[in-house]
Amino acid sequence: MLETIFRYPDLSLFLALMVIGYSCGTIAEKRHYKSIIKREQELVELMVVNAEGRFAEGAVRTSFLVNGSTVVSNDYFKRLLAILRNIFGGRVKVYESLIDRARREAILRMKEEARTRGAHMIVNLRLETSTIGRSANKKKSIGSIETLAYGTAVVMNRP
Amino acid sequence: MILTNVGSVPGKKIVEHFGIVQGSTVRAKHLGRDMMAGLKNLVGGELKGYTELLQESRQEAMDRMAEQARQLGGNAVINIRFATSSVAQGAAELFAYGTAVRVE
Repeated sequence: MLETIFRYPDLSLFLALMVIGYSCGTIAEKRHYKSIIKREQELVELMVVNAEGRFAEGAVRTSFLVNGSTVVSNDYFKRLLAILRNIFGGRVKVYESLIDRARREAILRMKEEARTRGAHMIVNLRLETSTIGRSANKKKSIGSIETLAYGTAVVMNRP
Repeated sequence: MILTNVGSVPGKKIVEHFGIVQGSTVRAKHLGRDMMAGLKNLVGGELKGYTELLQESRQEAMDRMAEQARQLGGNAVINIRFATSSVAQGAAELFAYGTAVRVE
């Protein structure tokens, strides 16, 4: 066993990275989804709409901008899967779930900020995604992904 | 200073428009954070260092925009939009723009 590792150091490093990436990435993803679903249920009564909304005169006490953002990246194993996908084409499921997680997390952070500041609803939600980091300018590789959610939190006059 | 991203300030009347105001900042993170992000790239998940950095920079871009609006004589910025772009390897530009107005 040890002899094989010493004979092929490159290959064993690659395999080790794959295993570490796969196990850590999968556990982290499951845990993250569990926490997202739990917090989404807690915050479900705080309404979020992506329309501007019209308010009667005197109904609104104050309004302010809230935002939330996340930067995420995929693990070593899933990145490899995505590169393989590039050959055959089709849905890249591993990136779909990554971006979904990031976006929901960003919305949750925005809602948490709005709740701590006493808002009753959020209007005009906007979502934005961009790639940042070292590999952002390279064509083939996908770097870290930033998702941003922002909107206007509104505090009503009556509860 | 009231900041909103809708076309008006809810519950208030706009009395004067001052036109577009904007603020931007280009940031890169220091080497330590970059290396940590490289390690985190192995296992995946959230890169907290980057998240914090971008939030700080976005706040700064917003502050600059608000400052510009204040110089024009406005007390609110409406219709704010954000944009992010990577201008160089490892550096990101955060950009915020909106319309400066005066409300009652």
